[in-house]
Order: sequence, then C-alpha cells, then structure tokens
Amino acid sequence: MRLTQGMYSFIPDLTDAQIEANINYAIGKGYAMNVEWTDDPHPRNSYWDLWGLPLFDVKDAATVMYELKQAKKYTAQGYIRINAFDASYGVESCAMSFIVGRPDDEPGFYLERQEGAGRFIHYTIKSYCVQMYREGQRYA
Amino acid sequence: MSGTVTERTRLKSERYESGVIPYAKMGYWDSKYSVKETDILALFRVTPQPGVDPVEAAAAVAGESSTATWTVVWTDLLTACDRYRAKAYRVDPVPNSTDQYFAFIAYECDLFEEGSLANLTASIIGNVFGFKAISALRLEDMRIPIAYLKTFQGPATGIIVERERLDKYGAPLLGATVKPKLGLSGKNYGRVVFEGLRGGLDFLKDDENINSQPFMRWRERFLYCMEGINRAAAATGEIKGSYLNMTAGTMDECIKRGDYAKQIGSVITMIDLVLGYTAIQTAAIWARENDMILHLHRAGNSTYARQKNHGINFRVICKWMRMSGVDHIHAGTVVGKLEGDPLMIKGFYDVLRLTDLEINLPFGIFFDMDWASLRKCLPVASGGIHCGQMHQLLHYLGDDVILQFGGGTIGHPDGIQSGATANRVALECMVLARNSGADYFNPEVGPKILADAGRMCGPLQTALDLWKDISFNYVSTDTSDFSETATANV
Repeated sequence: MRLTQGMYSFIPDLTDAQIEANINYAIGKGYAMNVEWTDDPHPRNSYWDLWGLPLFDVKDAATVMYELKQAKKYTAQGYIRINAFDASYGVESCAMSFIVGRPDDEPGFYLERQEGAGRFIHYTIKSYCVQMYREGQRYA
Repeated sequence: MSGTVTERTRLKSERYESGVIPYAKMGYWDSKYSVKETDILALFRVTPQPGVDPVEAAAAVAGESSTATWTVVWTDLLTACDRYRAKAYRVDPVPNSTDQYFAFIAYECDLFEEGSLANLTASIIGNVFGFKAISALRLEDMRIPIAYLKTFQGPATGIIVERERLDKYGAPLLGATVKPKLGLSGKNYGRVVFEGLRGGLDFLKDDENINSQPFMRWRERFLYCMEGINRAAAATGEIKGSYLNMTAGTMDECIKRGDYAKQIGSVITMIDLVLGYTAIQTAAIWARENDMILHLHRAGNSTYARQKNHGINFRVICKWMRMSGVDHIHAGTVVGKLEGDPLMIKGFYDVLRLTDLEINLPFGIFFDMDWASLRKCLPVASGGIHCGQMHQLLHYLGDDVILQFGGGTIGHPDGIQSGATANRVALECMVLARNSGADYFNPEVGPKILADAGRMCGPLQTALDLWKDISFNYVSTDTSDFSETATANV
C-alpha cells in the first residue's frame, strides 16, 4: 500500500526542488516549520517524533532542507514529513503538512473486527510493521 | 352607569391619539439615530408599493419587525417604548434600480432572547415580509453585535479543530455525494462509500433526502457506511468519514440516530436546513458534547434566497448558521450547476471563514462585524463540478473548503475509485503548482497543469477527456449591486 496522508501522496514523491518550493511558500506566509518522523504512521498517531523544535522566523529554505537531510540521515527508517504552523489569530494550528520521505516497502494496515451484540462491529486499524517489529526496526 | 364615552378623558398627546398615523411619525424613523455597539442591525432591500414613500416603507418595516401594530395602542405608554422601537436610520436608493431602496434598521439587543435564533428570526423575518405597503422585501445583511454573539455556541468543531481531528492541512478537502440519491440498499450504498474513500476522497456524503426510507432504513446505511469507511482508512492510512444524515421527523429521533452514529465510530453526522432553527441549535450543542463534526445541507434555501427582490440573502443564512453552530454548510461553487455569482459566493465564504468582517459592498457585506471568536464554518462546494475546473475552484474558493464531486466521482467511466483518484490527483497537482508560484488560474496554464498530470494518471486523463466541455454558463439571479461580473467557466 501507499500511505496517502498529507498534501501530496497521490502524485509522485516530491523532488528536492518541489520540497523547496513548498518551504518557500510557507516562508512567504510567515509560517514556522518543523520536520517530524515516525515508524508508526497509524492514522490516529497525532504525535510523530520531532526532529528538533519548529524553526521560527526562517529566512531561507536551505535551513529547512538541511534539517530534513539530517533527519533522513539520523532517524530510524520510516516516514518523514514537514509541517508548517500558522500562529495568527483564528488559526493557531498546523497549516501545511506533507510527506517528504517514505520507506521503499509499505506493508500498511489491516482491519481487525470485533463482533459485538447484534450487528455491532468494533473496528481497530492495526499496522503490520508495528505488530511484527519493535520501534526503530520496523522499516529497516 | 358612568357617563358617555364623549365625557371621558382621552389621551391628548398627538402621538398616542387613537387612530392610524404613519410609522415614521410613530418613532420608527430616526435619521439622527446614533447606532449603539450592542444594537443588532439589519439591512433590507425594500420595494415600496407605488406611491409609498421609501422612508415611510422603511419605518413600517422597522415597526412591523419590532413593537408596532397597524394602529396606535395606549399600552405602549406602559413600556420604555422608545427603547424597544426599532429605528430605521438610513434609506439609500439601490444602484441601477428605480423602485428599490436599502433600508438600514437598528434593533435594541434586549428585543431578543439570548442564544435563540428562533427568537431573533421571529422578529426580523416574522410578519413583516407579508406587509401590504411593500411589494417585496429582502433581508440582505445583518450586523450581530459581540454582546449577542457571545450568547451563541457557534460551530461545534470549526475548521481548525476539524482539520486537527482529520490530520489534513494545507489544501481543500475532497468529498462526494452518494448517487443515486434514492433507491440503493444499505450494502450497495456502503460500496459507493468505500470506493470513493479508497480512491482518495476524504468524505462521502448522504444526500439531503436520504433519511430512513423503505428501500434503506437508517441503521442499515450507518452500519455499512462504517464498514466502508474503516476499510478505506486501513487501506490508505488516512482518517475518513461519511456524513451520516440524522435528519428525522422528530428531534428525539434525530438525536437517537446521532448517538448511534457516535457509538459505531463515525467522526461526522449531518442535518438538513429544513430541520428548523431550534433543532439545528440542539443538534449543534449535541455535536460539541459528543465530539462530532456537524454537516449542514442547505435543503430548501433557494426557495427564499435566490430571487433578488424578495426573501433572505444567503449571506444572512450563513451568519445564522455559524451562530447556530454547524461546522459545514453548502455555500456555492461559482463554476458548478447551482446559482452563484463569484463576488456573492466570495462574500458567503468570507462570512463563514473570517474572524471579522469589513464592509465590502461588491461582496454584499454591508456591515463591519467582529465574530467574537465564534469558530469558523467550513464551506462546501457541491453541484456540477468536476476535476477539469480544479484551477478555478482553487482560485475562487481557497484552501478551507470541501470540494464535493458527486457525479464527477461516481460518473467516471472506469468506476468510483478512478473518479476519486482523478479528483485527488487534480487537486494535489494544482496545490503543488500554486505553492510553486505557477500562474495556475490563467486559462492557458491551469488546464495544462491538469493535462500534464493526466499523462501520468490514467483516471485523470479519462475524466478530463469526458468532462472537458461541461460548463454551466447561465446568468446569476443574485448579483452584486455594486459590481457586475460574469461567471467564468471553461
């Protein structure tokens, strides 16, 4: 499967030039940016691991690209994304989020159904990788 | 026996002598009135009957929508009636018209019960629209003061929290309405939901008239939709949903269906505008208490919102619905099959999405208004749109919108998944182009971006070829009085 979270998952993986263009777009909007990674991309995993704090007052896309490169080098195999944050009144939340690194093989998730009373089914989404391997080894 | 009537003492005041005197003279017109911060303001488009003075017509509207009746009543003197009388304070001729006037009217805040849209509307649109001295009347805009807004919950979830719950940022959301509207069994219905979500959409949607009919009772639909939603979420790793319509004949039944939707794990439910204002507020309060996103379908609105000279402008409905507490509302597409002048639609979207409004006459916004931190309502663009218009949709509607392609998904020749994928790829490539600085709205550029993406994505190519000539070029009935723009279609 292909994990399709984020702004660009149906089109081919972004090139460095396209990532930079998005960073520049975020800089133009005055957003702060951060790099996050995980090897547990469950749709309800709200907190991927931070690669450092968000970068505030970024002037140059190169700063973010450097952090991304470092993150790719030093974090466990898995998914990496860039988030942009809008601090302005009325938003004060994430304003952009897109995957910039993913494993070659994505085993994905399966659905566990627990039959309940009547026709009630309790659904749980489970990850093959998380089931099989410990943290840090899941996409190695 | 007491003396005859003529021997009794009668009121000597000119204002309160029995009989009929003009509304303007009764105190419903005050050109010197200084508007208070706490006043509720309304702007009406008034078409007086031939021979009726516009100021008198405006005063009559103020009177009939507040304290007046057709004749003088002495019981007024038992009240602080000067305070409770609405005051028409300004009358302007409507540009490019001979018989219409904009009447500005101020209402004291104490005229309205806190947190009750039913009470507000019972005054403002109560009797007055049938008043004989005017031949037509339209409520164009309202300024709701902070003092009154603070008595309303506002959107149960709001755009920001909805995006956080769904983990989707930086681009419009994608949806589709299950078609055919009526007749599918629960199991077949859930198939459409699964296919659309699996193909790349964020939401599927019940239509306004899908409730619980003989061909598909509501539990059947809810259960199969959840199977489709969860299957698609597992297959994509994304949070998905389908607006489960909880509209029913009684409020108890609506809430029962909503509670069931929550129990089986839905992130969103839906109601129709025809539920009525009180029921909508009840549903919104239920939604916030139950962590539920609440979608509103504007069923019925065009019966009163479409004609320019009579009824209620949709921007007022947008304001009322944001106060009432819904999270989504259909607000037009600009380029689709339903009514919508680009400037008017921009005005509706601003009303739903901004934290404060500034006067903008071409957009039809007549008042400055601070939304008092009520959450933002997510507009839904639905009706006759397809992926070939993606550059226009992104340009006109921005990021905070749900683009809903019903026929444009389910009508794809290679199936629903292909239709959904075509829409998602079109959206992603257009957002990428915009963020990369492309002149994407340019009719020479936007379609080329789509065509290039289509060369890498078969479903998109097929969709672009199929729908390339579809557009709905009709003149809008509800247009700006201060600017004329034709709806651009490609």
